[in-house]
Amino acid sequence: MPDLLLELFCEEIPARMQAGAAESLRKLVTDALVERGLVYEGAKAFVTPRRLALAVHGLPAQQPDTHEERKGPRVGAPQGAIDGFLKAAGLASIDQASIESDPKKGEFYVARLHKHGRATPEVIAEIIPQVIRAFPWPKSMRWGKGSTSPTTLRWVRPLQSILCTFGPETEEPEVVAFEVDGLRSGDTTRGHRFLSEGTIRVRRLEDWMAKLEAAFVVVDRERRKDIILNDAKDLALAQGLELVEDAGLLEEIAGLVEWPVVLMGAFDPAFLDVPDEVIRATIRINQKCFVLRDPATGRLASRFILVSNLAASDGGAAIIAGNERVIRARLSDAKFFWETDQKTNATVPLAERLEKFGNVTFHEKLGSQLERIRRIAALAKALAPMVGADPNLAEQAALYAKSDLRTEVVGEFPEVQGLMGRYYARLEGLPEEIAAAAEEHYKPQGPTDRVPTAPVSVAVALADKLDTLVGFWAIDEKPTGSKDPYALRRAALGVVRIVLENGLTVKLGDFAEPDLLSFFADRLKVHLREAGARHDLVDAVFALPGQDDLLLVVKRVEALGRFLATEDGKNLLAGTKRAANILRIEEKKDGVAYEGGVDVVLLHEPEERALADSIAALGPQIEQALAREDFEAAMALLAGLRAPVDAFFEKVTVNAGDPALRVNRLRLLADIRAATRSIADFDRIEG
Amino acid sequence: MIDPALPPHMRPDNSFQGLILALHAFWADKGCVVLQPYDMEVGAGTFHPATTLRALGPLPWKAAYVQPSRRPKDGRYGKNPNRLQHYYQYQVILKPSPADLQDLYLASLSAIGIDLNLHDVRFVEDDWESPTLGAWGLGWECWCDGMEVSQFTYFQQVAGFECAPVAGELTYGLERLAMYVQGVENVYDLNFNGREGDEKVTYGDVFLQAEEEYSRHNFEHADTDMLFEQFRMAESAAAKYLEAGWEDGSKARHLMAQPAYDQCIKASHVFNLLDARGVISVTERQSYILRVRELAKACGAAWLATAAGGTPAP
Repeated sequence: MPDLLLELFCEEIPARMQAGAAESLRKLVTDALVERGLVYEGAKAFVTPRRLALAVHGLPAQQPDTHEERKGPRVGAPQGAIDGFLKAAGLASIDQASIESDPKKGEFYVARLHKHGRATPEVIAEIIPQVIRAFPWPKSMRWGKGSTSPTTLRWVRPLQSILCTFGPETEEPEVVAFEVDGLRSGDTTRGHRFLSEGTIRVRRLEDWMAKLEAAFVVVDRERRKDIILNDAKDLALAQGLELVEDAGLLEEIAGLVEWPVVLMGAFDPAFLDVPDEVIRATIRINQKCFVLRDPATGRLASRFILVSNLAASDGGAAIIAGNERVIRARLSDAKFFWETDQKTNATVPLAERLEKFGNVTFHEKLGSQLERIRRIAALAKALAPMVGADPNLAEQAALYAKSDLRTEVVGEFPEVQGLMGRYYARLEGLPEEIAAAAEEHYKPQGPTDRVPTAPVSVAVALADKLDTLVGFWAIDEKPTGSKDPYALRRAALGVVRIVLENGLTVKLGDFAEPDLLSFFADRLKVHLREAGARHDLVDAVFALPGQDDLLLVVKRVEALGRFLATEDGKNLLAGTKRAANILRIEEKKDGVAYEGGVDVVLLHEPEERALADSIAALGPQIEQALAREDFEAAMALLAGLRAPVDAFFEKVTVNAGDPALRVNRLRLLADIRAATRSIADFDRIEG
Repeated sequence: MIDPALPPHMRPDNSFQGLILALHAFWADKGCVVLQPYDMEVGAGTFHPATTLRALGPLPWKAAYVQPSRRPKDGRYGKNPNRLQHYYQYQVILKPSPADLQDLYLASLSAIGIDLNLHDVRFVEDDWESPTLGAWGLGWECWCDGMEVSQFTYFQQVAGFECAPVAGELTYGLERLAMYVQGVENVYDLNFNGREGDEKVTYGDVFLQAEEEYSRHNFEHADTDMLFEQFRMAESAAAKYLEAGWEDGSKARHLMAQPAYDQCIKASHVFNLLDARGVISVTERQSYILRVRELAKACGAAWLATAAGGTPAP
């Protein structure tokens, strides 16, 4: 069975777009093939900085023939109907149709249409230009002379040539001929930009891979990654060092080279005075190089791994020297910043450093950073007793926590904010709690990030997040849809996780207005749902008033879940829902809401008396259990209602003929509803 | 490859001016008009009307020039070996962008002494945007052994107008390239004239004092009242010239696009100075940028209604 090979050769594709582009190409082309009846055996996409390619294996030589039967009008039908049929079926005259008969309908015309499948290359030549023109690049551009035309081809960077061949393994494949914006498809490509010259003629996949490999191009992205990783580890090992692995960096570098050549460079060990994180940040972000660790000390070594795209004629000496120069300049900057910060911290008192934040606007409607820091400090002090922290220490830690934002190092490398605060606090001889809070108060940064547990860190982390949320709520800058520019969802989730994972009792209602409280409820719901809790139970609990203690909400949800898993729970839920349904219907009919006021004199049946007695007896006990926050006990008491409720529905007719009896029974149903509502809104529970 | 006929002091790897001359020779040979720097203070070579305005409209255009660029905020009182508040950009603009622009660029690197078999030259994604000029394009920063030496951009939009055809723009950081080919660690140590001994003139001899003086000026003394006033004056003058330039009051032909654009350049530079002095708040900053952009857009519209912008005289 024949194979298709397609290669789109262009100027350098941004590394971050390559993997997505390969997947899009595979999907768009294979979907289009299948849609046209061309089923294939396998497909694989390739991507390098300069080429996007696809091999589709085991395609038929042509589309299958199709047969279609189209029923027409009966014989002798008016000419209009016959003409319509001929037109729809594409027949020239009625002689081309056959006649069939049916015992009911009599004789009627049938058109038998046979369509020959088109040759696959012809179909491919139709598909590929469409795919190219509509390719979903995150950003595309125009170029060259043709760019004046409104229909000019857009591509991620200028597209230079297209290779497209089709044919069986044993024969010389043919070029699938098509044209896109003046570019004609062919069977040639180019090798490495510097290590190869001229064009290369290619027949099929194996040939393409082998010839490109000989022309210094590793077309398989995963193989490039393997080469980089293995060579980097080997080089490190040879020096008795360990590679600090970095999957994101590896991905990026694999998209920057066609022929990875891994080299090692060194820098002056004097730079190791700078914290490892800062060295790593500058080497990684600015230079896209890996750093190495000395297993003896656990600290970084004064070497780095660079990945070049060139097997240089001097073995890479000039490339290493060049990269070392740049890294030296970068590290001198970093060291200069690090030392300047220490001098500043040693000579300028904290209060004076903080004053500088008065000139930095946090948000035009929320004042300066200084005002914000002071608010956070006051809040951290207030929260301290609830989280078991020393109030004065919490306040001091909050005043210190943002101070690294004005340091030179953080100005240059924002991603080490917090961490630098920790380093500087230690250097200033501050208590370890303050140093830890400087780093940890930003945590957790997301659903999987670590939650702070040290009390002072917890107080500052909560204060920081609550101040942000309360502030943006006050100026009505809430997240909408996918827009959350101030990362308020993350902040709220952070509060939820800190409270729950530390088992804290914090009444959020003391800090947050009702609307913000319901935002916390939403975050909690998302959080619990992700942890596997039933969202309907969370809803059922939040439907109750005054649920601002997240820890209690969670305990109640958990107890409720366990209760509903029991026979009593299931039956009581069914009974309560039945009561609620009847009430809903009858209340609507009567135009009133029933609530309490059962008249004992009107309780005729023993079952209704028993139910009323149970509710009267259990109600106060449930209230007491809830007041103790003993949800297990409350649920166990509630289980006592199951038998009377079941018996009531079995024996008693609610809609009694006597209106007084009916109303009294509806009131009894309302009592069931009320009793269960002290635990949760059962109406919101599914099942 | 460096022209072997050059005497040592003229070689681009020995002399800062030799580097400039080698680029001039290279691009002149490719049909560019070699222009001189624009005679106004600008933040980047892109501001030169030979780029901003000529990138607009249908007419072909090829130019190369050095543009002294002022970044008041980057001043370091002459103390930093890499950062300057005044430096040189080498700017090439080719409209429409030729199909072999990458090859041309690489050949120009060879011409200034970067051996492509020894050095790792890479095109790393870097999309360019100038909010003040209402301009953007896609392209790369060009790396040589891990150092960014040039910016390579296919202009998609300038002054808010689609570029049709698209121009290719190359910007070489001259000091950085010179430091690289001369093997110098400190910009002030660059050999400016390629001579040795008593005759040698360094970059520091030429510019160190200026860096010190302008850093003081930019950060400490620039007269902000005057600058605020100058911004307003430039803005209103631009508006006045733009208005007066429309022939017969119709919007068909403009007769004064370039003088108006000069005022736009002026406003932009004055804004940069104010920004360096730290007297513009974050929110104000955005509104100043928008005001300059509005001028740039109006100048672009005016330019498109001139002969060089593609509207021939009747």
